[in-house]
Amino acid sequence: MAAAHATEWAAVLAATARVAADLDLAEDCVQDAYAKALVHWREQGVPGRPGAWLTTVATRRALEHRRRADVVRRKLPLLIPVEDAVDETFPDDRLRLVFTCCHPALSQEARIALTLRLVCGLSSAEIARVFLVKEATMQARITRAKQKISRTGIPYRIPRLTDLPERIDAVLDVIHLVYTAGYTANDTASRRGLDLARMIRLLLPESSEAAGLLALLLLTEARRPAQVDGQLVLMEDQDRSLWDHALIAEALELVPGAVGPAGRFGLMAAIAAVHAEAARWEDTDWPEILGLYDVLLAKWPSPVVALNRVVALSYVAGPAAALEQLPDDPALATYPYLASTRAELLRRLGRTQEARAAYEEALAFTTNPTEADFLQKRAQL
Amino acid sequence: MGKYLVMIYDDEAKWAADDGSVAEQNHKNHQAFVEANGSTVRGGGQLDGSETATSIRSDGNGGYVVTDGVFAETKEVMGGYYVIEAADLDEALAIAKQVPSPMGGVEVRPLVNGG
Repeated sequence: MAAAHATEWAAVLAATARVAADLDLAEDCVQDAYAKALVHWREQGVPGRPGAWLTTVATRRALEHRRRADVVRRKLPLLIPVEDAVDETFPDDRLRLVFTCCHPALSQEARIALTLRLVCGLSSAEIARVFLVKEATMQARITRAKQKISRTGIPYRIPRLTDLPERIDAVLDVIHLVYTAGYTANDTASRRGLDLARMIRLLLPESSEAAGLLALLLLTEARRPAQVDGQLVLMEDQDRSLWDHALIAEALELVPGAVGPAGRFGLMAAIAAVHAEAARWEDTDWPEILGLYDVLLAKWPSPVVALNRVVALSYVAGPAAALEQLPDDPALATYPYLASTRAELLRRLGRTQEARAAYEEALAFTTNPTEADFLQKRAQL
Repeated sequence: MGKYLVMIYDDEAKWAADDGSVAEQNHKNHQAFVEANGSTVRGGGQLDGSETATSIRSDGNGGYVVTDGVFAETKEVMGGYYVIEAADLDEALAIAKQVPSPMGGVEVRPLVNGG
């Protein structure tokens, strides 16, 4: 039953939403179908295609509701379009659901919350725990987002071709954020992020960026076992035999098709792949990594990428050269990784006092307890 | 199908600095926009400057307070609008992206119950 929830939820809800033309009603019907399954499947065994069983029960219920609702004319506007036609290029209903949840007219926070709720089937309480907010706050955020969808007429369909690349980027961004939100704080979210990345890769086989994102997340996930007892361990100090080599192999197969000048996630995956291919830290091909960061920075200039590039530079040209190129961007003023990177560079230059002060500074800006713990230890080195 | 209001927000200081050439081109661009989107454009117009605005607030006791000026002071003020008809928000946004707004941008909002 739990397996059916995890694997079938998105497809069942996506198909039901098309028939229900209302996300709330669709959710109710799907929950209802799962409740019925609990009884039926225990008595009569799990059907051959549990997803199809659930979809049939949920959509039938949705149709009943709509028939009744047509009598008592609903005040709430419906999801559009209400049609049973299937998109021939993108036959899977889950894509409609994902694109609707990640619509650019919704705030980034709302997109993440809706995706976790509607595509992954997490409860408001579970999502609230990931983002460390009160359940009521999360519930309100989800309700507001659903209302914006129905009241402004955000369509329940695949975007038109001209909008598609931009809309795919928006979806991938949300999945990336879901994964990273969970990385140090809560692994439910990162597991869901990885599931979503696999799903979107399957649904958009032509998108090299979807491949890039999946590869990036697999490579990041592969290193997780080297984080001892939930403590942060620098890649430099990680025991590489603990890395998940099955995940790495899966990712490395995706990377060649994902890397291109137009792919942000593809480039990030390529960088992670260079790390994964080094048997030891000392074997890391830093010039290759620096070159990839140069491309990334030229195309998507961001202070965070600039900062990561400086780290690569420090292993090519030395920490002194890197220190001079640390980004001096007001956007990073309270970004703990800027201070911690400066601290590392100073430590490598033997400027221990200054390094300690920089670690303290980083400590002041971090809100994550795992990271704070890590910085505390570095500051005492 | 539903109606959407596309509000054009401009920085008036930028218009004041224009020698007239941007305004002239903008006028042509609006005509071209209306021609290109003929059937979907249900209405629209250019507003006079914010210095011509008069605001009326209810005083809560059945009376009114009339004041000189716009309702809310912001750098960008509404300078014009269109009412457009679209199947959904995606279509409305696609049309709204074509609305000329060289000194600012536009805000899109649905009219309740499809207008």
